[in-house]
Parts: sequence; structure tokens; C-alpha cells
Amino acid sequence: MLDLEFMRLAFAAGAIVGVLAPAVGFFLVQREMSLIGDGIGHVAFAGVAAGYLLGISPVWTALAAALIGAGGIEWLRARRRAAGDQALAIVFYTGIAGGVVLISAAGALNANLFSYLFGSILTVTGSDLVVIAVLGIGALVVLAVLMRALIAVSLDEDGARVAGLPVPVLNGVISMLAALTIGVSMRIVGILLIAALMVLPVIAAQRIAWSLRSTIGVSICFGLLSVLVGLTVSYYANLPPGGTIVLAGTAVFLATSTVEALRR
Amino acid sequence: MPLAVEFDGVDFAYGQGPAVLTGVDLRVAEGEFVAIAGPNGGGKTTLLRLALGLERPTRGAVLLFGETARTFGARTEIGYLAQRTKIGVHAPATVREVVEAGRAALRPIGRLRRDDHAAVDEALERVGMHELAGRRLSTLSGGQQQRAFIAKALAAHPSLLVLDEPTTGVDVAAQDALGALLHRLHEELGVTILYVSHEFGAVERFVERLVLVRERIVFDGPPAQLPGLWHDPSHTHA
Repeated sequence: MLDLEFMRLAFAAGAIVGVLAPAVGFFLVQREMSLIGDGIGHVAFAGVAAGYLLGISPVWTALAAALIGAGGIEWLRARRRAAGDQALAIVFYTGIAGGVVLISAAGALNANLFSYLFGSILTVTGSDLVVIAVLGIGALVVLAVLMRALIAVSLDEDGARVAGLPVPVLNGVISMLAALTIGVSMRIVGILLIAALMVLPVIAAQRIAWSLRSTIGVSICFGLLSVLVGLTVSYYANLPPGGTIVLAGTAVFLATSTVEALRR
Repeated sequence: MPLAVEFDGVDFAYGQGPAVLTGVDLRVAEGEFVAIAGPNGGGKTTLLRLALGLERPTRGAVLLFGETARTFGARTEIGYLAQRTKIGVHAPATVREVVEAGRAALRPIGRLRRDDHAAVDEALERVGMHELAGRRLSTLSGGQQQRAFIAKALAAHPSLLVLDEPTTGVDVAAQDALGALLHRLHEELGVTILYVSHEFGAVERFVERLVLVRERIVFDGPPAQLPGLWHDPSHTHA
């Protein structure tokens, strides 16, 4: 399997995605915003459609749309124009409706579109890998630098605001990192399934971890494991990698739930 | 004595809604331990949010240590315990990680230094949670979780400690223990304490001043001067 260049590229890109998605997802889960990735993913779908319509690489238009969608959700939430779930619903439905309209207008309802929605192990190129590595490592550095402040906001948002931390900025950073993760991951996992890779490893890790730091570490291990197992199954069974990766994540969740139940 | 908190003719309403607070004049001197109580919906949490500079008064002025509360700069002077429903008591954090978060505003990036660790240890010791520092918050009782969050509020060495409904979800025995802890912290640290709650039985015997809020301040004085029927019967303090 690793004799093939496209698989080596897929595994290298997948490893970055497997680390980044749960690291960002940890903060979404703690803020009870687990579904924000789904909302942003659907806006990214509109971005892919816009790329087809305008004749620009859908990767870049999807990334731009995801960043705009994330900014929109945070803006609605921060100004209390809508509750968190309502802000998400507005962006989610607008994104999917916009995507359907644009993709029809572009006449691009084809198999290539499916590779953006559900991932493909054939599509990662060398230049894709460079972009994924630069953006992914950059996002991880931002997370590492701001870790303590982000944890303080996740634990107690009002307390952090009273203490003088720039809470709107930190919330914006997390939303933007979620958007970036979706943009970076769409070639491997697909924009409709990447949100699951941000959330499932974290929920699984919370069941067996013993602290915040161990939750982050175990989440990253589970994310990486899900991607590696999912890509392998995808190769041998000729299935879309997004689905196999997420089902591997579900299996990890079921395993940790069993461990948790046996401990009681 | 300099003032920690000052309300001067304050009115407040959310947007175009009805008045939540009207004509509030309140002065809390540095070092006082004051309980602010009143019925749910009476405006006490709004009063607290105004004191913390999280809301802007419709009329009048709110000052923190002599500065306008909204633009008060030295935010780490304030230790704040939010309502239980708003804090991550179910997060997979250890007690120590929670208390370390109390240093985040002083040290938002980079590794914690020796003085940060010393401040965290001191705060844990003060609330009697040092032995439980490695335990996950979610495995502790409501009273122990509140102690952990009080330690978090103390970790930055604040001059003003503000607690919003600290006894919610905590049994009566733990409420009394919490009241005694706050009394001890007040005595040892000389910190100003604003204790905001719909009931005040846990701290009635410790506070110098009780302020009752029902859109306006309807009582402001020592708890002993409170009419008998207004006392909280759930805390007998035999």
C-alpha cells in the first residue's frame, strides 16, 4: 500500500489532519459547540460550488467560505443576535442551500464533487500536502501558544471576561481554527464528515482521560488512529475515506464507552 | 476608607425593556464583607454585572476602586465566581488545572513560572483542597467544586472577591462550611467580598452588612436589624 505515492501523500496529509482536528475540536466540545464544524462544513460546500462556478480551485473558495461562515457564527453569538444553536442553524441551512443553488448553476453535480464532500485518497497532490502541512502546523502552534487562555475561556467564559482576557478574540480564534481545519481536511475526510473527526475523538477521550491535558493528548492519539485505520480500510475496501475514518472514530468511542462502563 | 465599589444614582434596563434597577446608591468600602440578596428577578445579578463592568448603566455611574467600572483596567484585582450553570463543573479538568486557569490573565502565554505555581498552591491550601488537587472536578461534590472555583478566583491575589449564587446546588451543611471559609478568607486576607445570592443564611452570621435588592435597595444594614420574618430559616446557626 505504501509503495504507491498517492497513499503516502494521503497518509502524510491524514496524519496532520488526525492531529489537528481533535486538538481544535477539544475546545469546541468544552464550549458545547460540538456542531459548529458541521455548520462551517456546509458553508464550505457553498464555497466548493462557488469555486466550480467561478473556475477557481474549490479548495481555496471553500477555505474562504469556511472562514466567513465561522466569523458569521461567532458574530451572531457574540452580539447575542441569536443563541449559539440558532446562529449555527442560520449558517448551516444558508450554506447548504447556497451550495445546492451554486452547484446546479455550475452544472457540477458529478463524481468529482463527491470527493470534496466525502474525501478521496486519490486527490492529495504534493503541493496539497505542502499547503496542509504549513496551515496545519501553523494552527497547532497558535493552539499551543494560546492554550492556557483558551482553557480559561472554555472553563469559565464570564470569569475570563471579568479577569480581562480578550474573550471575543479568543472565541474568534477557535472558530477560525475550526474553519481552517475544515479547509485543510476536505481532501482527505470531506467537508461533510470532517466535523465528526473534530468531535468523536474528544468525546471518546473524555471517558477515559484523567485531566484536561490528558484529554487533549488522548484525543489526538484517537484522531490519528481513526485516520490511519480509516485510510487503510478505504484503500483495501475501495471506499470513500471520509466514511471509513469517521466509522473508525465511532468504533474508538464505543471501545472507550465499554472501558468506562467496566470501570464502574 | 477608600471605596471598592460605588453606585451613584444608577438605573438599568435591558434594551427597551422594563426597569431592572432604579435609583441604586451603594458604597462598599475596601475590606468589607457584604451580602447582596433578594428574590429571583429582583435585579441582584444585574447589580453584580454592573459592578463588574459587564453592563453599562442606563443612568448614573458605577465605579470600581474609583475608576469607571466598564473601563476598569486592573481586572486581575477582581476574583469572580460565576454561577454553577455557567462554569465547566463537568469539564474533564483536575482541581489544579482549574486553579491554574485563574492565572491565565496574568500569564496568558508561555509556561507557568515558579511564582504562578506558588500562588496556585497557596490558593489550594487556603480553601483546603490541596489534597484533592489531582482529582477530576466532576468526581467531587458540589461544595468541593465551589471551593475549587473559589481557589481559582483567589489564584491571582485579588482585592475584590465577587461570588454569584455560590450556594446553588450545594447542600446546607456544605453551604455553612462555605460561609465559614469565606469568613476565614476575609479575616486572613482582608479582601473585599461581595456575596450575591437569593438567600443569605450561610453567611448571615459573618457579614457586616446585608443589602436587599428588589428593583431598588430595600434594606441596607447589619443582618441583626433585619425584621424577623426576613431571616432564612434553613440555617439555624445553633
